[in-house]
Amino acid sequence: MVIHTGTERVKRGMAEMQKGGVIMDVINAEQAKIAEAAGAVAVMALERVPSDIRAAGGVARMADPRIVEEVMEAVSIPVMAKARIGHIVEARVLEAMGVDYIDESEVLTPADEEFHLLKSDYTVPFVCGCRDLGEAARRIGEGASMLRTKGEPGTGNIVEAVRHIRKVNAQVRKVAHMTRDELMTEAKNLGAPFDVLLEINRLGHLPVVNFAAGGVATPADAALMMELGADGVFVGSGIFKSENPEQFARAIVEATTNYQDYNLIAKVSKGLGIPMKGIDISKLAPQDRMQDRGW
Amino acid sequence: MVRIGVLALQGAVREHIKAIEAVGAKAVSVKHKDELQDLDGLILPGGESTTMRKLIDRYDMMQALRIFASTGKPMFGTCAGLILLAKKLVDGEPHIGVMDIEVKRNSFGRQIDSFEALLDLKDIGSNFPAVFIRAPHIVNVGENVDVLGKYDGRIVLARDGQFLGCSFHPELTEDTRIMGYFVHMVKESKRSILA
Repeated sequence: MVIHTGTERVKRGMAEMQKGGVIMDVINAEQAKIAEAAGAVAVMALERVPSDIRAAGGVARMADPRIVEEVMEAVSIPVMAKARIGHIVEARVLEAMGVDYIDESEVLTPADEEFHLLKSDYTVPFVCGCRDLGEAARRIGEGASMLRTKGEPGTGNIVEAVRHIRKVNAQVRKVAHMTRDELMTEAKNLGAPFDVLLEINRLGHLPVVNFAAGGVATPADAALMMELGADGVFVGSGIFKSENPEQFARAIVEATTNYQDYNLIAKVSKGLGIPMKGIDISKLAPQDRMQDRGW
Repeated sequence: MVRIGVLALQGAVREHIKAIEAVGAKAVSVKHKDELQDLDGLILPGGESTTMRKLIDRYDMMQALRIFASTGKPMFGTCAGLILLAKKLVDGEPHIGVMDIEVKRNSFGRQIDSFEALLDLKDIGSNFPAVFIRAPHIVNVGENVDVLGKYDGRIVLARDGQFLGCSFHPELTEDTRIMGYFVHMVKESKRSILA
């Protein structure tokens, strides 16, 4: 019998199964177990969460494979890991280790300032960040099987993620209603591959799942992103930089599932303690804006 | 027209709703236990089974799901849904625990081992495009269980009276034959309840 691994359907399908869920950043086995117990659909194994990457400065790279391995052994839910933009070997190493999804991430210091990975070449699926439909469509064109907003990672400030999800969805709605003869010019204006726009036009939505990321700090933030049309939520620094990670993690999961049940969100938000501190985006120096990485 | 619910706590809900509508039945998204009331059948979709189980408990739905099963109305579980239905799990305690099968989780490996294959299925047809994603499989079946499909010697589709369970994801393809089969089960069941 002929079987095929790493097909577009298998890679995109994996992300479809994560819909409505929360993916949490973790730095060790203990945190991974807390995330799984709270109901996370996957964990992202990292050396440092984004807010600590900001604080530490210097070059941020793929995590030590020992951390990734430790997390993979600790939980039965899928494990994701981050590779630097354009770093072919970091991505191949994570693939060889059997990681379930790779995030080609602007949170790490880019390895290539001109080219992203050719993600269609890999058996493992990839998720990439986007701020607008041009960027989203270029990543899909390179083979990304899942998208997320870039937001502004490690700030605990939702404003950039809101900007990005609104922008992408408004542009998708526009393309979905265009006539065939308008699409090529739109592709040129957006810097988007024509065939990806054709697919969006035919489907009426993005061909891959689009999660929210980059600044989710509270259950209400997670629910807001779902309200704005995200398929699910990544929470980076928000959980393990809060006062009470277990309770925070559970509350964010429940708020994501039932994002229109405001009584429930009120209930799970009660007495949660102090969320991560957060940063005003206008106070960030231009070189500290992670969302401007990637092209 | 029969009304089929899709448990909408997490996972591939939208795809199942589309497939139900494609075969001419009414699809209902189910987030609360009260919404199980007027359904003729229920689908437990693919997703993360550990997450779904936690949400079932947190929203106090477990008893309502078991009561639904006890009415004899058809239930169809795909992937994570298959795990939720099984009476026995190789590693761990069962969840809803109503279908007379034993299931092993993640039994084909991690995501890089996920695959597609064409399967010949009893009572459904040949060359069905089966998409396996970190899929479970059925290790053992009870004596009244009808095995409908195998891949590489492993049971991947089976029926136990009112219950239909599947390792792979028919909802990720355009092929609606398995959904058609399930909707037929729901219609038969509704007819016998009315009679």
